[in-house]
Amino acid sequence: MAAIYSLYIINKSGGLIFYKGRMDTNDSLRVASLWHSMHAISQQLSPTTGCSGIELLEADTFDLHCFQSLTGTKFFVVCEPGTQHMEALLKVVYELYTDYVLKNPFYEMEMPIRCELFDINLTQAVQKDRVALLGR
Amino acid sequence: MGYNIGIRLIDEFLAKSNVSRCVDFKETAEMIAKVGFKMFLGVTASVMNWDADGTCCSIVLEDNPLVDFVELPDTCQGLYYCNILSGVIRGALEMVAMKTEVTWIRDMLRGDDAYELQVKLLKQVPEEYPYKDDE
Repeated sequence: MAAIYSLYIINKSGGLIFYKGRMDTNDSLRVASLWHSMHAISQQLSPTTGCSGIELLEADTFDLHCFQSLTGTKFFVVCEPGTQHMEALLKVVYELYTDYVLKNPFYEMEMPIRCELFDINLTQAVQKDRVALLGR
Repeated sequence: MGYNIGIRLIDEFLAKSNVSRCVDFKETAEMIAKVGFKMFLGVTASVMNWDADGTCCSIVLEDNPLVDFVELPDTCQGLYYCNILSGVIRGALEMVAMKTEVTWIRDMLRGDDAYELQVKLLKQVPEEYPYKDDE
């Protein structure tokens, strides 16, 4: 079964608001802002009109799938090469975000996510049909 | 209040309804009236009274569940009870790069025959990335 290495959620300005994985915090922040800038640059560089940025990055040892909502929040996941249905997983994470994070009255927009229900449901969603290496 | 609801509501609307980017403001208004109101209030609204350049329209609601059991007392006759809805629309559209102004034209609680909201597009604000000019 394919494995997911980590999941990142970044806000409109490129700040990391959620991270699940085994990396050091500083490194994860660095990756998040790096990806935000690369995503923005790719939108400008793209030869096709109406491009909304990088959706998939394939490397030798990992794949990176990215989903950007129309409001500018980006959800991306680093997984084993060849993992299937990552776009569907990202959509599910987006729905969980709207249900458990945005509806939490104590959650401030664009701030780091500290919502228990979101964490619980996220682990459930990820573990439903795949082996995840998140948070171990 | 409505504004804060709107900025969070837009993500839920986009996630649950799976719509793609709207091509122009006309499509946006149709989306709000047909899909948005249906999803959150259970009523369908209609869009009419488009102006010449397509930046201003009216959304008409026959039925407004917010006021089902509401009657304005004498001391509050000037109150826009449903103004929260205009805030919601304004907040939601601002999160998708459109600055709008939303006002009530007709309100049944104040004696009119229907609920009519006017949505005016002020400007589109595309994402700007900070560019530092070193020279």
